[in-house]
Amino acid sequence: MAVDQTCACEEALRRAREIAARHRGEEGPLMPTLHEVQRQVKYLSPAVLAEIAEQLALPLSKVYATATFYTLFNTRQKGRYIIRVCESAPCHLGGAERLVEELKQLLGIAVGETTADGMFTLETASCLGVCGVAPAVMINDEVYGNLRPGDLARLLGDCRRRAEKGV
Amino acid sequence: MQFYRSHVLVCAGTNCALKGSRAVREALAAEVARAGLADEVRVVETGCFGLCEQGPTVVIYPEGVLYCRVTAADVPEIVGEHLLKGRTVPRLMYRGSVPKAVQTIPELSYFKKQTRLVLRNCGAIDPESIDEYIGRGGYRALGKAVTMMKPDEVIAAVKASGLRGRGGAAFPTGLKWEFARRAKGEVKYVVCNADEGEPGTFKDRLLLEGDPHQLLEAMAICGYAIGAHRGFIYIRGEYALSIERLQRAIAWAREYGLLGPDIFGSGFAFDIELRIGAGAYVCGEETALFESLEGGRGEPRIKPPYPTDAGLFDMPTVINNVETFANIPLIIDNGAEWFRSFGTEKSPGTKVFTLTGDIVNAGLIEVPMGMTLREIIYDIGGGIPGGRQFKMAQTGGTSGGCIPAGMLDVPMDYDSLAAAGTALGSGALLIMDDSHCIVDIARCFAKFFVHESCGKCAPCREGTLRLYEIVDKIARGEATLADLGLLEELSQMMYRAPLCALGQTAPVPLMTTLRWYRDEYLAHIVDKTCPTGTCRVLMAGSKKAAN
Repeated sequence: MAVDQTCACEEALRRAREIAARHRGEEGPLMPTLHEVQRQVKYLSPAVLAEIAEQLALPLSKVYATATFYTLFNTRQKGRYIIRVCESAPCHLGGAERLVEELKQLLGIAVGETTADGMFTLETASCLGVCGVAPAVMINDEVYGNLRPGDLARLLGDCRRRAEKGV
Repeated sequence: MQFYRSHVLVCAGTNCALKGSRAVREALAAEVARAGLADEVRVVETGCFGLCEQGPTVVIYPEGVLYCRVTAADVPEIVGEHLLKGRTVPRLMYRGSVPKAVQTIPELSYFKKQTRLVLRNCGAIDPESIDEYIGRGGYRALGKAVTMMKPDEVIAAVKASGLRGRGGAAFPTGLKWEFARRAKGEVKYVVCNADEGEPGTFKDRLLLEGDPHQLLEAMAICGYAIGAHRGFIYIRGEYALSIERLQRAIAWAREYGLLGPDIFGSGFAFDIELRIGAGAYVCGEETALFESLEGGRGEPRIKPPYPTDAGLFDMPTVINNVETFANIPLIIDNGAEWFRSFGTEKSPGTKVFTLTGDIVNAGLIEVPMGMTLREIIYDIGGGIPGGRQFKMAQTGGTSGGCIPAGMLDVPMDYDSLAAAGTALGSGALLIMDDSHCIVDIARCFAKFFVHESCGKCAPCREGTLRLYEIVDKIARGEATLADLGLLEELSQMMYRAPLCALGQTAPVPLMTTLRWYRDEYLAHIVDKTCPTGTCRVLMAGSKKAAN
């Protein structure tokens, strides 16, 4: 279970330290470390990145440069559910623009923003690699394809219900 | 060994899984047990079968009957009729454009026209079972290579096959291996590029989900040939199922001694590690991929030196695409002559394509190189849905060029497509019907490159943004003819100046659409109209004018 960290809570730092120490000595340890730490602590805060840098004996600038380069690494706190709408050409032909518009309306936020209750972050993605079921969105690790108008409201409702149940 | 009279194969590729194939499999297993058939009928989860549009698909052997768009609610009928009474369920069979339901796989023109070599196991075996892979001849080529062939003989066989890189660059694979073998270096690496990010391409994902051992076997053969003992698979972070399958496959291969310190008792040692990307299209570029694997930003390096001299960790490295590797066991097993009997003289073998967009049978196919685009779209793809007309095909993904209706008979191989001003690329085929606007889709292409440019070199960082701004202006009806000139001039610069192929190919989709559909661009610029009514700003404007 990922810890809820504000920025530098001790538990998050402890887990980052432990994971980074385990990867020390590997060939190219930074990417696997960032992946594993993010799974545990939700987002890569400056304090967490500093801890990783120290454990792997890398300059913080290098760790920060890598962490901010990739779209799947979160260096800012995001919503409980990160919605990524695929904007690739196959999804575009399937109506991805309409999906983005519908989500903006349903959530009341722009792309890149997080809802005030901290529940959803809306993002776009270049390609999710599920072009066979275009148009598609990814919510956290789950992909949803062949989306039609109305499907999104149902998906958001499912997320809210899951959140209430605490799963 | 347990003998079953029927095998029920449920596709669990990502596309079918997203349409609910897991529920179908669970329902089938439960219903088969309920009918008391558990000892006679085996329900198997397989990899992708290719007919993604018709998913979830279920095939029942030995008859080879294909059921499409199956839901859990259909399961009692399939079990009751087909498995208990021996009667098929016509309402669930493939219809396509033919009047009578098609019963079996050999009867489907979708499969008749295909040559499934690298996909031979996809949809036929349980991808989590190493025994099923071995049962279909798996790891035989590795055994042959390490016990009966010298490394130079392996390289000679790959060279003689004429295999060219399937990731898009089409470089001769055997030559690449030879360079790496001859390169000086204590440590060498084998890297598989599974960072499949080209929009419209999902072949590597389905290959890895459907037949993960094929890749491991090929990488070990490559390691033996070039003198490497370590391999890395760099895979997209989004490919959860492929990652899971590969991890399991690597564990099984180690368990069986097919990876590890002494493969087939030959003394040859080779092991593979999986590395996961984090969402950057540019990491599909080989040197950017090395940077990422080493823990940095995925920014391409200046070439030369080439990877075969100084690749991963500056050591001699062979990096090949998943599909390229997938051909290797077949070549070693069957010989170069056999491989050359497929495809064309300069592009031997087959190619896997992913069909997307406005096409009846969207999905995954494999055909001999040189089949015409028309055959692929109409005979295998089932044509354009809804009675609409074909307008344009884009080959090779968003970095590829566009082909108009007048060129449907172009053979799909490296050289024919290069001559047509586009590229075979990764094998993505995006089909567009006449309801779509060229300028609108061009804007979508341009936007992609703005987002994915890594920012290292100025021509790409700035150029991709300016290309997008101009196309966006055209789509809004705010452009002048001077902007069109600027777009062409900028594109000429972009073909040459950027550091890597990402920037160099960014103008290709724009320039090829402009070449074939200049009228449509001009309609937006001069007449301020969008002929298909897609570009909303223009349509809103024209409505106002009419009022």
